[in-house]
Order: sequence, then structure tokens, then C-alpha cells
Amino acid sequence: MALNRMFRTCPATGLKFHEPAEALMKANAVAAVVSLLVGGVLALLVLLTRWPAVHLLPADWFYLVLTGHGIDMLIFWIIFFEIAVLYFCSSTLLRCRLATPKMAWLGFWLMILGALMNNFAVFKGDSSVMFTSYVPMGAHPAFYLGLILFAVGALIGCFVFLGTLVVGKAEGTYNGSIPLVTFGALTACIIAVFTIAAGAIILIPTFLWSVGLIAHIDSLMYRTVWWAFGHSSQQVNVSAHVAVWYAIAAIVFGAKPLSEKVSRGAFFLYILFLQLASAHHILVDPGVSSNWKIFNTSYAMYLAVLASMVHGLTVPGSIEVAQRAKGFTKGLFEWLRKAPWGNPVFSGMFMSLIGFGFLGGISGVVLGTEQLNIIMHNTLYVPGHFHATVVIGTTLAFMALTYFLIPVLFRREVMFPKLAQWQPYLFGIGMSAFALFMMGAGTLGVPRRHWDITMAGNLMPHEWPGTAYLMIGLFAISGLVAVAGGAAYLLITVGSVFFGKRIETPGYQPVRVAEGRAAPVPAQPVAAAITGHGNVGVGGMVAPGTFALAMVLLVSFVLYYFVNWKYLSQVWPLK
Amino acid sequence: MSAIQPPPATVWWKQPLDRLEGTWIVLSLIWCLIMFFMMPYWHVFGKQNLANEAYRTTPEAYTRKTQDMVDKYTVRKETEQQIPVVHPPAGSDVYLIARLWNWWPLLELESGKSYRLHLMSMDWLHGFSLQPENINIQVHPGYDHVITVTPTQAGTYSIICNEYCGVNHHTMSSKLYVVNK
Repeated sequence: MALNRMFRTCPATGLKFHEPAEALMKANAVAAVVSLLVGGVLALLVLLTRWPAVHLLPADWFYLVLTGHGIDMLIFWIIFFEIAVLYFCSSTLLRCRLATPKMAWLGFWLMILGALMNNFAVFKGDSSVMFTSYVPMGAHPAFYLGLILFAVGALIGCFVFLGTLVVGKAEGTYNGSIPLVTFGALTACIIAVFTIAAGAIILIPTFLWSVGLIAHIDSLMYRTVWWAFGHSSQQVNVSAHVAVWYAIAAIVFGAKPLSEKVSRGAFFLYILFLQLASAHHILVDPGVSSNWKIFNTSYAMYLAVLASMVHGLTVPGSIEVAQRAKGFTKGLFEWLRKAPWGNPVFSGMFMSLIGFGFLGGISGVVLGTEQLNIIMHNTLYVPGHFHATVVIGTTLAFMALTYFLIPVLFRREVMFPKLAQWQPYLFGIGMSAFALFMMGAGTLGVPRRHWDITMAGNLMPHEWPGTAYLMIGLFAISGLVAVAGGAAYLLITVGSVFFGKRIETPGYQPVRVAEGRAAPVPAQPVAAAITGHGNVGVGGMVAPGTFALAMVLLVSFVLYYFVNWKYLSQVWPLK
Repeated sequence: MSAIQPPPATVWWKQPLDRLEGTWIVLSLIWCLIMFFMMPYWHVFGKQNLANEAYRTTPEAYTRKTQDMVDKYTVRKETEQQIPVVHPPAGSDVYLIARLWNWWPLLELESGKSYRLHLMSMDWLHGFSLQPENINIQVHPGYDHVITVTPTQAGTYSIICNEYCGVNHHTMSSKLYVVNK
């Protein structure tokens, strides 16, 4: 079979794109953005209904729209984008051809089919079962089948990624080890394979149950296994967006990892422990022992949290070292002050890092503590937490990467550059405030997934305190700002990709490359010295500013953690 | 040289740890261990823990036990639906049914006394959310979950459902009375 070995060299970055891989990345990125558009419209509708001052939709529509919002965002937008990231991190970064492009297309179309089928079931109106689809509440069979087909497609994408790593190694397109960013993508891929296996274990029987072939599915078993899929898929996102942080630090600053050993070791901890997170969701369920809960909810003594704390230090640390090497050495923070805050690739990435750490990370650990979960389970604290991790962490990192991909992958100039400068701030700050106020409402006990907390017309309504309404009003307004930021992103991306000014390179022609090599492999640096960075910074630290920031994180973490134990100690004794 | 290129040194794992990363890893690890041991610590010294007590049962058996309690200890009826208000003796087994879309019956407990509160759903998943105390517990069909609870203050509390249970989910709210002896 004739292999397509045509490569294109990006004149701006020197990256090598394999033609079939490039087409697949574009297709997946476009599908992702379309999902984001649908999910974004639904987000606005959810927001305007939960805001008691507006209360837009009737109950049945609200739950329908909330189901669609969750699935289109958490599954379709993110995973389509991640498949594009996987292909970029393998084929492009390893300068090698993509393995089995036809299989990759099959995977892509299966994902499209699955996404359409699932959305069809949701919009038909008989599948308003939320993202989690807890049995015994049942959805239309097409709901589950759509998810299964999508997962099979994503699994094919994972194996194409793994195959491409094999191709790169076999054809010798790079020297030594794979780049750190590719290693992060590999971590995401390994967790994704586990995740999809867990999804198959639970969704296939549920599908059979929905068509009447299985009589009963235990609700506790469902929650335990479903969350091995549902939470692990968020760990795929964590690994992917941490890889994107490293990539952006490298792209914008030429930053090199502080130490390959530490960063890779941290990714390896993700592979070992992140899958245990199913327990986060069953901390207040009957039938599961406390021993099991404590071990699993803490990812085996918080070793995966340790990994995130390490990345939280090494990503900005590597930026600081790169900036100091360029001469921004004054005081603790000149490197940060003089960073390119007007470049959305950087500003988006940095806000993603800070938001994920301070809002998403800390709240996640608190929420996932066995006893503290009693005062937070199923309140608005939960969506507050995961909007900070998934939206500020993952989505904002992906948005930042998009501003890099538009010129490099799509060969178009970014339209509305002024708006693009502001977009990450609009979205990042709006979403941070949204998540924060939502957690505030959750701390007051306001339930998630609830159409009308005024409970008008109820036989025995609950009167919420005025502060709860204040929090909801504030998160609704912040949410509108975030929606505006999301709309700006869509406008810029869609505008640039379809109508942006083409970037033409005179005399450009794709190059056929023998033996799958995109370029001659750079000569092996003979025994490149194994050194640290030299002490560029203050106090014997290579990145003292980053260390100071990390200490701020740690102190906030400790204080907030114990404040919640204090809250817990004030509720009724339970045993 | 950067993170998007292969590491320049093929034996990158021999690069010594610098002080920045070493210090941070040690600090983080200590904090992780503190958080981990906080949970078993609270099981021993804290007052708010869920017991690991639950039984598999059927809706019929559970309803029967609830009905027995209602028959013995009903003190009055409330609302136009004549929902029984049950005042069970301190220390006894108290049953609460969760179903689409109400909680049944109404409970009246005494402050400072402990009760073995049973929670179970008759149909789908529900969420027991006691407000404004803010105690939240998942309620499953088929699992009788027992929690020993000690109300500390008299007053009228609300029980709302905080696990999505269909289109009338928002109407699933009830009261819990705590009285001084």
C-alpha cells in the first residue's frame, strides 16, 4: 500500500506536519468547536433558568438542556479536541507519519455518529437523565448507543496515537526519549484507554437494559463503575491540559522542563493513581466501607495530588527560568510582570494554571475528603469545583492552544486580534468568579441540578437565606461574562478558520520524504552535559518567584482545608 | 531543548534534583500525608462520620417497617394530604421513605437524643439534604442506610432532594421537626 509521506514544514515554527495527520487534526478541532458552540448555547439557557430573577425555561426543558450541556461540553468538545492534541503530540512533535490514517478517519466518523445519535436522543426529550444517567432512571437506547460508538471511535484514536509512537521509534524520526509533552499526551492516552474500558463495562449493560435484555442494574454498582469512567475521563483532561501547559511554555518562551525526571515522574503518578477517583462520588453512599472510601478518595495517600502540585510548580518554574535567562532577573517577579500578557496563547495558559490550582485543585481535594463531603455532596459546590477544573483548567488551556494552532495548523491569520487579546481574560475571569460564587452557594447547601430553588408551589418549601440568592445572582452575572468570552472565542476561531486571511508562503510545496522522515534527525548532541540550570535566581533556587507563588498556594490550601473541618464540626453528630 | 523536543541528554534521569523541586516535593508530600491521616483521625476523634451500616432490602419490607413505626408513634397529621407526623422514642429506629416525589412520613425528633435514622428509596436515586444544617446523603433503592444522628438544636428543618430524580425533582421537599423535651 502506498503510504502518504508528504510533509509540510511550518515556516514560522519549523514544525513538520504529515498531510493526513494535518487533515485529521483539522477535522477533530472543527468538530470540537462545533460541540462547544452547541454546548455554549445550552450553557446560556441553563444559566438563565437557574437565575431566579429570569427563570427562563420550564422544568422539562431545563433538565433536557442541562443534560445536553453536560455531554456536549464534557465529552464531545473536550474529547474531539484531545484527539487533535494526541495527533499533534505524536505525528507533529515526533516528525513522523501518522499510523493508519484510514483507521483514524474511521474513528473520527464513529465519534461524529455517536455524538449525533446521543444529541438526537437528548433533544427528542425522553433522555433527560443528565450526564451521569444514573440507573434506574432510564434514557432512550440511542443515548447509550451514541456514547458507546463515540467511545469506540475515541479508542481507535488512542490506538492510532500509540501506533504513531511505534512508527516514530521504528523509523527513527527522533533521538532518545519522546518529548515531555508527548509523554504527557501518552499519559492521557493510557488513562483514556482505562477510562473507555470502564465505560464499556457499565454502558454496554445499561444499553442492553434499556432495550429490555437485562432485567436489573444495581444503582450502587452503576455509580461505582460509571464514575470509574466519568471521573477518570476528567483525569484524561488533566493530563492533556498539563501537557498543553508544558507545550505552551515551550512554544512561547522556549522553556525547557526544570527536570525531565520530576515532570515525567509526576505524569507517571497520574497513570498509577488517578483512576481511583470513582470514590469521590460515593463518599456518602451506603454499602461502601470507610476504608475503601479513604484509600480511593485520596488516590492512595494523595499521590496524584502530589503530582499536580509538582506540575503546578514546574510549569511556571520552567517559564521563570527561561525568562530569567533572557534577563528578566529583577526581584522575585520581573519575569512574570514582563511576560507577554497581550498574547492570548500565554495569558490563557497562565490563567488556566492559576485557576486550576487555586480554585479547582483546592476545592477538589476538600470536596473529595470523606467526611467533608457530607456538607457538600450534590450541592452547587460540585459544579463550582468542576467548572474550575474542566472549564478554567482544560477548556481555557485548549482555547489558548487554539490561538497557536490557527496560524500554524490552519494557515490563517487570527481575525479580530484585539478581541483575541481580551478573550482569555473575559472567559477566565468570568469563569473564575462563576465557579467561586457557585461554590459559595453550595457551601450554603443550595442543590445542584435543580430547576427552582424558590420551590414556589411546593407543599413544604424550604426558605433559602438571602445570601444564597445573592450568590446565585453573582454567579449568574459572572456566567454571562464567561458566556460572552466563549462567544468571542467561537467568533474568532470560526471567523479565522473560514474567513481569515490565508498565510501564503512563496514557493511553498509539500515535501515528499523518504522513509517517513520529516527531516534529517538532528545530530545526537555528544554526551550533552547533564547539568541543572545553574543558579539564576535568588536564595539558591532556580525559580524563587515560582516558589513564592507555590507557597501562597500551599498556605491557602491549608487554611481552606481546615476551615471546612471547622464547618463540619458544627453540624449534628452522625455516626 | 524545550518540552516539545526530545530531551537533549539521553540519560536525562541522572540530572540531580535542584533545591526548588526537592523542597517543594517534600513540603507537598508532608501536606498530602497530613490530609490523608486527617480522615482516619476524624473517624476516631471527630463526631461527624457515616457508619458503614447498610442492608440490602426490598421496598415492601422497608415500607412495612416504616408503616409499623407510623402506626405506633404518629402524634398528628399535617397538610391537606394528611401526612403523619411521627414522634418516635429516643434511641429507636426511625424510617424515612424517599420516593417520586416526596419524603414520607414527617419526623419529629428530640434535641440532644440519638436516633438510628434509616434512609431508602422506593424507586430512583434520591438525595437526602437536611437544611440549613447542610447534611447531604445519597439515597439508593434497595439499600437501607442507617445513620445514627443526634439533633443538637430545636427548630423546623427542611429535607430537600438533591439528587436529580426527574421532572418534579424540585417539588420533593419536606420538614423535619426537632423539639426540646
